[in-house]
Amino acid sequence: MTKTHVFDVVIVGGGGAGLMAALYASQNVKTAVVSKLYPVRSHTGAAQGGIGAALGNLEEDRWEWHAYDTVKGSDYLGDQDAIEFMCEQAVQAVYDLEHYGLPFSRTKDGRIAQRPFGGHTNNETKKPVRRSCYAADRTGHMILQTLFQQCVKNETTFFNEFHVMDLIMQDGKVAGVVALELATGEIHIFRAKAVIFATGGHGRMWEITSNAYAYTGDGAAVVIRRGLPVEDMEFFQFHPTGIYKLGILITEAVRGEGGVLINDKGERFMEKYAPTIKDLASRDVVSRAIYLEVKEGRGINGSNFVYLDIRPDVVNSYAEKDGRTRPDGTPYRITTKEIADKIPDISDFCQTYLGVDPVTAPMPVQPTAHYAMGGIPTNIDGAVIQDVNGTVVPGLYAAGEGACVSVHGANRLGTNSLVDLVVFGKQAGIKAAAYAKQSDLAELPDDAEAFTHQQIQQLKTGSGKEKAAEIAQEMRAVMSDKVGVFRTEEGLRSAVEELKVLRKRFLDVRIQDSTPQFNMELLNTWELGNLLDLALITAKSALERKESRGAHAREDFNKRDDKNWMKHTLAWLKENDVELAYKPVKVTRFEPQERTY
Amino acid sequence: MEIKLKVFRYLPNNGNKPHYDTYIMQVNPTDRVLDVLEQVRADSDPSLAYRRSCAHGVCGSDAMRINGRNALACKVLVKDLGTNEITVEPILGLKVLRDLIVDMDPFFEHFKSVMPYFINNEPLPSDGKERLQSPEQRERFDDTTKCILCAACTTSCPSFWANEEYVGPAAIVNAHRFVYDSRDRAAAERLQILNDQMGVWRCRTVFNCTEACPRDIQVTQAIADVKKAINSGKLE
Repeated sequence: MTKTHVFDVVIVGGGGAGLMAALYASQNVKTAVVSKLYPVRSHTGAAQGGIGAALGNLEEDRWEWHAYDTVKGSDYLGDQDAIEFMCEQAVQAVYDLEHYGLPFSRTKDGRIAQRPFGGHTNNETKKPVRRSCYAADRTGHMILQTLFQQCVKNETTFFNEFHVMDLIMQDGKVAGVVALELATGEIHIFRAKAVIFATGGHGRMWEITSNAYAYTGDGAAVVIRRGLPVEDMEFFQFHPTGIYKLGILITEAVRGEGGVLINDKGERFMEKYAPTIKDLASRDVVSRAIYLEVKEGRGINGSNFVYLDIRPDVVNSYAEKDGRTRPDGTPYRITTKEIADKIPDISDFCQTYLGVDPVTAPMPVQPTAHYAMGGIPTNIDGAVIQDVNGTVVPGLYAAGEGACVSVHGANRLGTNSLVDLVVFGKQAGIKAAAYAKQSDLAELPDDAEAFTHQQIQQLKTGSGKEKAAEIAQEMRAVMSDKVGVFRTEEGLRSAVEELKVLRKRFLDVRIQDSTPQFNMELLNTWELGNLLDLALITAKSALERKESRGAHAREDFNKRDDKNWMKHTLAWLKENDVELAYKPVKVTRFEPQERTY
Repeated sequence: MEIKLKVFRYLPNNGNKPHYDTYIMQVNPTDRVLDVLEQVRADSDPSLAYRRSCAHGVCGSDAMRINGRNALACKVLVKDLGTNEITVEPILGLKVLRDLIVDMDPFFEHFKSVMPYFINNEPLPSDGKERLQSPEQRERFDDTTKCILCAACTTSCPSFWANEEYVGPAAIVNAHRFVYDSRDRAAAERLQILNDQMGVWRCRTVFNCTEACPRDIQVTQAIADVKKAINSGKLE
């Protein structure tokens, strides 16, 4: 019944990081991509605004400035060796994508177009710099399509709609993965010398999220069940501008093009919170500002949202006040047509879901759970580490949002998710292939698929007195109320306890669908279990971190505390509890400073 | 508001016959059809099978027939259907594997057949930087870069329903994206592939594809561009 496949490198996940890894690994060794979705369905495709790289196509820029901005954006929690590597490599990475045919938008002289983005600055003038390389507001879509096209060209081996449920280890080394084939319900063993997890994030544990249904932290959940840690899970980014109630992302590029956030009194409130770069401050800063405006009663009509305004007359009046200029020195003014050309998908989302055309009416927005800074801990090679000393797990790699290198630290800058997945996807592909070349295939343990069967059996034989949908709803409520933009000791403590109860109740769920083919109930219920495990780790990691840093904002410890907390959290799941340890941050040239925008 | 939802159900190979399940439900007018299906799974029948991921019209997972028209379930709001009766069926022309899930492999095989990837074997610019392309040149193929391979177009096409060998609108759209890219060098090969009974000439200009496209791509126009390029030997 169980089918066995043998490869040198198996990549789990077919998004940007996974496909990038595949393109490089497959140059040297026998490689397969095993993905629960068709690769082009992956969430990389939803990224909008751009990929940051100091090309300097429109004004002076340097990768060192990009590195500093990233360190500062990370609130000094990012590892600076990895950040320097990423920002330097970003430039070549963007040229590589262009050489693969990626249709970037263009400047008048035919170069890759670039625009301002939150937290990206000219380090000398402190003003926003045009660093985000973009293809309209579909940059992620273009990256995903381009990498998939290249994989088609290279005849990459894909196992689509195969859901990886376990990692096989033998004597501390990777031996492969076990996957459920959705179309048949059959179990497959993929033996491999090296495995790369590129499985994306886990934002579906919150109520309002920009994340796909598929974003359930599968890779991290699989690894923690094999006794490995995850890193910095308390840091999860809330993007300031999700469509009200739906959470669908409105790209920061809207503010890059001059859009402003307005409260119920008609004030451009970011002037108070970030006097220098205002609406283009880092995402954590803007999300907190919106939260505070709402809390103080200045949400629109007293409700829990504010307006994001890109109407040309509004943009132009603030541009005039700010003295904003174009690269050639002329005053910055924007027309309706330019807005439509630069953010066509945003216009489409607003018209589809809100019946609002953003050039004639402001968009109602609220913070939306967006991006996991934390994940499977890796070193700069993409190799997964298993302890505070950085000891690697032989043969195991991770890249993309599911990994934590850490280049984003406590808060990711806009555009750096795409930089991360391209640079470290490539890196993981190269390093995993090199490892595989000099390694033997590990023997399979006798019971290689036993744990997978056990997990499935559990979901089929629970008492049935609990419903998965209800537990999911309660988990999202707890996470949104108590592990959101602002956190307190009391809230986090009760979140940990409530999540422990939910995890116990989850054992009483029983799936009703017994059909092997496309059993989506089985799949989605298993995914809920993943979210519950990671939610508990997130809440516990947040409870123990008694400071405010980046996306982790504590009302009771409202300052950053470098003396005690400039360190990464490593968390292990132990039965129904979490064990924590800490590892130091790598500092190269940027000493911690107070973070103001 | 109350709606009557009819959903196509089918599980092949068990002696089962295709049938429709009907649900009377309370929903919000602003709910997406996808939200309605999720509600069915949460409240009534968790075994209902369909694909979905991003839920906002960019991943292309949930193309289906909604009241007879192809669309993404996450991009259609209940209130925009203009009726309380909603019928959801799988897209046509591809084998149903279960409920609303169809076999996408033939669709992707057609896609792969048109060399849907960038080809330029000339040396890179000597500074290692980007190949240049003017905003006008970039604009020429902008429309067809938007494709998310959801299959809404191909499975709305009567020519494809009649003959599954037809390469279909989506594949032609993806060929167009490269044929009109000033940096690409394999237009002639792609045009040769499409200059075939089962290529562009199977298109009867019905415009279903253009109407079905959730990305508002002018699909029929793209096919016309390709036909014209084949006939004239020129790219305009």
